[in-house]
Amino acid sequence: MAINNEMVKQVAFLARLKIDEDKTESTKDEFNAILNWIEQLQEVNTEGVEPLFSVRDSKLSLRQDEVTDGNIKQDVLKNAPMQEFGYFAVPKVVE
Amino acid sequence: MMSEYTIKIDKNEWEIVCGLEIHCQIISKSKIFSAASTQFGDEANENVSFVDLGMPGMLPVLNEHCVYQAVKTGLGLNAQINKYSVFSRKNYFYPDQPNGYQITQYEYPIVGKGFVKIGLSDGSSKEIGITRIHIEQDAAKSIHDLNPKKSYIDFNRAGVGLMEIVTEPDFSSPEEAGAFLKKLRSIVRYLGTCDGNMDEGSMRCDASISVRLKGEKTLRERAEIKNVNSVKFVMQAIENEAKRQIEIYEQGGIIEQQTRHFDPQTGTTKFMRKKEYANDYRYFPEPDLPPLYLTDEYIEKVKSEMVELPDAKKERFIKDYGLTAYDADVLTESVELADFFEKAAKGHDGKKVANWILGDLFANLNANKLTLDKSPVAPQMIGDLVDLISKGVISGKIAKDVFATMWQTKQMPTQIVEEKGLKQVSDSGAIESMIDSVLAANPENIAAYKAGKTNLFGFFVGQVMKQSKGAANPQMVGEILKKKLG
Repeated sequence: MAINNEMVKQVAFLARLKIDEDKTESTKDEFNAILNWIEQLQEVNTEGVEPLFSVRDSKLSLRQDEVTDGNIKQDVLKNAPMQEFGYFAVPKVVE
Repeated sequence: MMSEYTIKIDKNEWEIVCGLEIHCQIISKSKIFSAASTQFGDEANENVSFVDLGMPGMLPVLNEHCVYQAVKTGLGLNAQINKYSVFSRKNYFYPDQPNGYQITQYEYPIVGKGFVKIGLSDGSSKEIGITRIHIEQDAAKSIHDLNPKKSYIDFNRAGVGLMEIVTEPDFSSPEEAGAFLKKLRSIVRYLGTCDGNMDEGSMRCDASISVRLKGEKTLRERAEIKNVNSVKFVMQAIENEAKRQIEIYEQGGIIEQQTRHFDPQTGTTKFMRKKEYANDYRYFPEPDLPPLYLTDEYIEKVKSEMVELPDAKKERFIKDYGLTAYDADVLTESVELADFFEKAAKGHDGKKVANWILGDLFANLNANKLTLDKSPVAPQMIGDLVDLISKGVISGKIAKDVFATMWQTKQMPTQIVEEKGLKQVSDSGAIESMIDSVLAANPENIAAYKAGKTNLFGFFVGQVMKQSKGAANPQMVGEILKKKLG
């Protein structure tokens, strides 16, 4: 799959990264180079091989259902750029 | 055969195709990936851990009870439990989710295909297919109406476990969707896996709706209606959205796939966004959580801990207590009501107990805006009352008064009847003397009766009953009176 300039802008938007207009072209080329390199993997025959979802060998460890965290409102709000009435405050977002 | 729901415009007969997605908050003490409390209604940001905020270095640890609850729900919906499931990241950018993604399940959900049987008003029933259930974390609550320039975020809800239950597009009328939601709510409440309160947001519903001409085999474009938060609203949304789409087709227009918002004020839906602007979620496997494996032993253990569900209970009530299907349906809507009934019916006439619960008890609860757990009338009182009637101690009419008294005083009916002297008089001598005095006081009416005004018989019965303050056995009064008037 070849990446075009529109796709570069879309990916940048989704990742909330600012890519200057004059860098779009070179970023596109970098994307394509990376994808081409990765595409070598397509040469491997994966017929009958289940997809791998985790490279960790460990078993998923589960937690007992107990409340041992929270009640740290001051700490939780400490780094908030804006807070009011005990809430995090953000620029208005309404869909 | 089920009656078909279609909307006719001139010669065209349109049918509805609808599927639902229901988000159910899992009942657990702590959140699905953090150990903060799930308590609803606490002060803002009180039940929040650094995990819920996506602080650097924080890792999710899965709550075993959320897994248990999802498996239990799956079994309750007659569904396949998947022994292998995988968590994924659903990426989106919004302040209710500071990680920038929601941990959910995508290709490999914990629960697969199942079904729910619903009953419809015409007496028919229908099976609604369950596509899947996956588990995920809830987002924070955003408050938009406190400040014109800012939104406020409360993370207490962030990270609470959710089950997303997805149905097949099997609904062809608003009634079916309503019946399904009520049934689902009843099942999760029986299981204790979700409290099912749509108005508090612990159960939330999205509906996918399209229409097509009757007989068409393929599906047309659909609209997804977000967050419709009561059974009534879901039914309204389906009906009005279907009508809107039909109107557009009838005028030669086309429907584009889109997301719409339900407006409870008008009952109609409003355009939110086109699907092409929809979020690109870029799902990928959650690197912080390896796949979840369940064993057969585990699934068997959950199975052994299942409770009797509404359908099974209903069948048993019909069989053991001789209830009608309708009465059994109503009485099994909640565990609390079903238990109340069983306590009341134990050792008594179940059919009559059901009548008193569904009649006088419900009427009084409704009139006083009380829920069953606040009822002054205990189940044993209803059983006692039914016994007094069937043994002939009191008449059905007096029983109504006894009920009213026990509603006020919380006394057992036997005691009320004793104290107030309400025992039915079945002593023929006593009844006879009451009849004599009534007849003596009404010579003109006797003459009129004998002259052919036979409907005066009721008048005499009434007078005797009045004199006995309702306590005379009405059947005996009638018999003796008939003889006397001869």
